[in-house]
Amino acid sequence: MKAPALNPHRTAQKMTKYQIRKIINYINLSASIMVTIFGLAMLAWILSVLFGKGFHYLDWAVFSQMTPPPGESGGLLNAIVGTVALTFLAVLIGTPIGVMAGTYLAEFGMKSKFSSVVRFINDVLLSAPSIVVGVFVYTLVVEPSGHFSGWAGAIALSILVIPVVVRTTEDMLKLVPIPMREAAAALGAPRYKVTISIVYKAALSGMITGVLLATARIMGETAPLLFTALNNQFWSVDMNQPIANMPVVIYQYALSPYEDWQNLAWAGALLITISVLLMNIIARYTLKSPTSR
Amino acid sequence: MTATTMSDHAQPNSPKMGLNMASALKESEGRAGLMDKLESIRQIDAAKIDIRDLSFFYGKFKALHNISMQIPDKQVTAFIGPSGCGKSTLLRIFNRIYDLYPGQNATGEVTLDGLPILSPKVDVNMLRAKIGMVFQKPTPFPMSIYDNVAFGVRLYERMSKSELDDRVEWALQRSAIWDEVKDKLKQSGSALSGGQQQRLCIARTIAVKPEVLLLDEPTSALDPISTTKIEELVHELKSDFTIAIVTHNMQQAARVSDFTAFMYLGKLIEFDHTDIIFTNPGRKETEDYITGRFG
Repeated sequence: MKAPALNPHRTAQKMTKYQIRKIINYINLSASIMVTIFGLAMLAWILSVLFGKGFHYLDWAVFSQMTPPPGESGGLLNAIVGTVALTFLAVLIGTPIGVMAGTYLAEFGMKSKFSSVVRFINDVLLSAPSIVVGVFVYTLVVEPSGHFSGWAGAIALSILVIPVVVRTTEDMLKLVPIPMREAAAALGAPRYKVTISIVYKAALSGMITGVLLATARIMGETAPLLFTALNNQFWSVDMNQPIANMPVVIYQYALSPYEDWQNLAWAGALLITISVLLMNIIARYTLKSPTSR
Repeated sequence: MTATTMSDHAQPNSPKMGLNMASALKESEGRAGLMDKLESIRQIDAAKIDIRDLSFFYGKFKALHNISMQIPDKQVTAFIGPSGCGKSTLLRIFNRIYDLYPGQNATGEVTLDGLPILSPKVDVNMLRAKIGMVFQKPTPFPMSIYDNVAFGVRLYERMSKSELDDRVEWALQRSAIWDEVKDKLKQSGSALSGGQQQRLCIARTIAVKPEVLLLDEPTSALDPISTTKIEELVHELKSDFTIAIVTHNMQQAARVSDFTAFMYLGKLIEFDHTDIIFTNPGRKETEDYITGRFG
């Protein structure tokens, strides 16, 4: 029995379909590459402008002198210290709340209606405009106390920290394999011990990354601080008073007509960018498991 | 003529009588059915775990149907059967690990040395300290090898550092892994190979000195050399622990166990000495499975 001959018409059609696919593939690939290059170019442009304009003014004085009155030269010391203090406090307040909420969602509330609601609210909070958070804390803390303060600023920032930590904690905890939990339970460990001694340990690097990402996020937030911590020309570490901070100082100085101030604003912007970059790099490094380092 | 074949090691409580009565009854009655069932489930005198009319439900789905049998003390009992027949489900009842998941529940009666296991009044954590389990996938905890083995011990016993050191060493020795890890006790458990990790999990489980060891397909994820090592291990551990092992590898069951239970579709079809199951099974289903007519 002879094998049926290849239908030449069909063969020709198949070749064309294949060629069409190849062309479409090529178009898509080129478009993707071009768009990627475009995005990276934007990033490179921003960084180069920042470095170009700011590096020159990033000298030792920036780290050692206070913010000056207009027309004089100075530094950003009180702003740097203020940002560090605010960030540190915000993370200190927000992380335990975020971790506990994330743990509840991942370990105990897998299927309940309540946890779906919590998850939804968390996602909304994650993308809430930070200026709204600032106004909220203004009403809650600044108005009753009668003055702007570092505490209000820290609280506003912590509200931005919480949803990030909740999200990453929940995701990282869910990644811990169920057999590991069962193995701990099979040894007779009660639930809380399984969670604390085993699950947290296994998810630790992921959770730390979440905290670092939250930190990177709030380091550059201006809007919430405008209504809460405001700014302070002088050296102050009193959290009950308005406190100097980088974003608001940059905002104020950049819009001013004084060249000294503008130069300091560039230096400050560069400093914040480098810090956020470093935080993200460190976060990536800690996320890698020990075996793949 | 007695049909029992004696295994190589002495059986002080041989259930000869039960088997004789059953075959005598069958001959006199001359019909299958209930007598057939009696004959296919060997009765054990020195039972560590006694199971009566056990059924298990995943929600509404009945996964185990009225199982009755006994697990003999200080012997290795293998559970074989095709995938989905309920062997792992049965094993997971013994240490109540199904409690972690709502919607799963068991009815019937299971006792350990006469004490009930299924009752809600039982302290589940204490039960799990007496009945240890090794899972299919080796799961070392994210801590050092020493801490892995010490984890369970630290939960329930107060001991000095040197006592704990001794216990950890004992557990690692009996799991045939001491020589390989004695110089790296502080290293992470995940740095070991698959076979070593599984032996570490075994060490971790026996460190708390349980009475029963449940092994749920312990070698199915391992290479042949590690598998052999672990099978030898099971043979040695038998002198101190009652062992129940689930395996879908029939040859492993034949090599390793003293008693074998064949399950199918959630029912216990036959339970007897391993020699009998593999050379002269009483039930047709068992014979079909052993000879590979279905898998």
